[in-house]
Amino acid sequence: MIVFEGVGKHFADRTVIDALDLRVEDGEFFVLVGPSGSGKSTLLRMVNRLVTPDSGRVLVDGDDIAMMDVEQLRRGIGYAIQSVGLFPHRTVAENIATVPRLLGWSKQGIASRVGELLHLLKLDEPGIGDRYPRTLSGGQQQRVGVARALAARPRIVLMDEPFGALDPLTRESLQASLRTIQRETATTILFVTHDMDEAFGLGDRVGLMLDGHLVQVGTPLQLIREPADDRVREFVGGSRAHLRALAIRPVRERLRHGETAEGEAVDIAASLQEALGAMLAQGRDRLPVTEGGHVVGSIALVDLVDGKR
Amino acid sequence: MTDSARIARFLPVVILCAIGIAAAGLPFLHVAPNRLLSGVPQNPDSIALVVAWLLVAVAGCSRFRWLATACTAAMVITLPWLAGHDATQLLEGASSTTRIQTGAGFWTMWLAALLLLLDRVRGLRIAWQAGIWAGVAFVLVLGGMAGAFDNVAVMREYHAQRGAFLDALQTHLVLSLITLALALALGLPLGVWAWRAKRAGGMLLGVFSFFQTVPSLALFALLIGPFAWLARQWPALASLGFGGTGAAPAVFALVLYALLPVLRYTVTGLDAAPVDAREAARGLGMSRWQLLTRVQVPLGLPVLLAGLRIVAVQTVGLAAVASLIGAGGLGRFVFLGIGQGATDMVLLGTLAIIALALAMDLLFQGLHALAESRS
Repeated sequence: MIVFEGVGKHFADRTVIDALDLRVEDGEFFVLVGPSGSGKSTLLRMVNRLVTPDSGRVLVDGDDIAMMDVEQLRRGIGYAIQSVGLFPHRTVAENIATVPRLLGWSKQGIASRVGELLHLLKLDEPGIGDRYPRTLSGGQQQRVGVARALAARPRIVLMDEPFGALDPLTRESLQASLRTIQRETATTILFVTHDMDEAFGLGDRVGLMLDGHLVQVGTPLQLIREPADDRVREFVGGSRAHLRALAIRPVRERLRHGETAEGEAVDIAASLQEALGAMLAQGRDRLPVTEGGHVVGSIALVDLVDGKR
Repeated sequence: MTDSARIARFLPVVILCAIGIAAAGLPFLHVAPNRLLSGVPQNPDSIALVVAWLLVAVAGCSRFRWLATACTAAMVITLPWLAGHDATQLLEGASSTTRIQTGAGFWTMWLAALLLLLDRVRGLRIAWQAGIWAGVAFVLVLGGMAGAFDNVAVMREYHAQRGAFLDALQTHLVLSLITLALALALGLPLGVWAWRAKRAGGMLLGVFSFFQTVPSLALFALLIGPFAWLARQWPALASLGFGGTGAAPAVFALVLYALLPVLRYTVTGLDAAPVDAREAARGLGMSRWQLLTRVQVPLGLPVLLAGLRIVAVQTVGLAAVASLIGAGGLGRFVFLGIGQGATDMVLLGTLAIIALALAMDLLFQGLHALAESRS
């Protein structure tokens, strides 16, 4: 659990963060989203004390972090950044083992954890652990960066636009990996991005930051349906926000049980956006829906439009 | 291979061989009645040398890289051997004070041959390069020990002053090594501090840059006063050999000169670790010391060693001047030689200083290559 209590930060005469309160629950995937310079990275970096607030305090699991030993605190919190920052003179395995080594884990303990993480993050190429970072692709490097952040099984992980520099395909694959890992380990993740789609796709809750203020905190659907003001509506995407809503919601929600239809089926776990795409591609307004390979019903174009059903 | 690449590859061969051939017109040896008078030029085998250079040129332009390297190495070894051989013949029947000095022709040709060898081995792996140079040096030393060059004036001079020369060589080496050790012991921590405190560090670098502009001779002279005063104040220091002249002020001045490059390369080396890697290291909970020893030092070591290479060569050169304030070393041979007008003595000191500097250079180059391959 991370709690910000009235934190503020000023650089010279500019207010970067203004008396901000926020509570991130245990096991929650919380995304801070906002334009560049809105203060979201600064807020994130307060949690591991790379930035010290000028006012207010930050609590981790109820303890004021200002009172804690800074290295101890940081070793207990995972940290991944957009530029990755792998150590070029260390192999992939050594990079991943950074924090366990600092914590004095045993050799076997470290080796087995590294193997586990390589598998978890789909770094399955044989011998990849002994390679140096410069021989990896950008996507692989960021996978190693995420593995390094997760290595010592931290209860909290901070991620500062970790996928910002990746191509869309690699980014989607990494987002999926991260979401799975987060669900399975119940890790608390505080994630910063400027990409609304990424925020809505990943976050249990999303906090929209503008000019050092949290203007709205809520689930992705709350932000889309009940924007707090015009700035939120604009940032969420105006009428395009409803397309985003389709991307968040699964086919399951609009399933017509027992009905069937012609055409290529969509999976029940797919998003409504994917279903719409399939309809457009096939030129049909109704498609069969499958679960585990069996047809369980159908979905119709009109169901996507009519939100009340 | 394109035409321009071919030209770029063979141009050094053509130029250096042309210089070698042209040098056949300069005096290869001088025959002097004694070690102080200048001699009469002698060119016993200019035709053979021209032919040899033509062969080297042909081999150098051929497709067989190893043949070219071997021919050039042979030239580097043959030239001194030939000088020694000719000297022996010229000395037959001459008076015992007669000296056979190597002339402009010899030195030009030898330099051209060395440069050509340098050019030929350049693309090879560092281990091969070191091996070839060590092999050439080994053959020359072996020849020297067998007496092949004994009748050349420089070697005569060496044999006449062997004890003094070896003493001076040792002193020179010790002065240089102590200077390097002290410059590192002071420069590394200061460099780390200068890197952390950017503004104060800039001022520190400014101060040492200023010292760098003081001519070495003037600095050595300026130190005589303060050091003599210190020795008078604390007789205990004086009894340890501390005084206005001698090793103490010499090492002090040499360290002063060495500190600027050590500082500068330490700062550059600490910056060699990428900013994002440093940020990640801090965010993951490394202490400053761990960041330094686990990230910055391994990544900055090649830079630092490249700098130390320069410092080492510079120190060996400057230590020659230190002999003027009684610190001893090979500089003594140079300055005494100049005073007496004995060119052979000057040459002996100079050659030894060059050899020492080259040895330092090779040592640090090797260490640098080692560090580079590991990081």
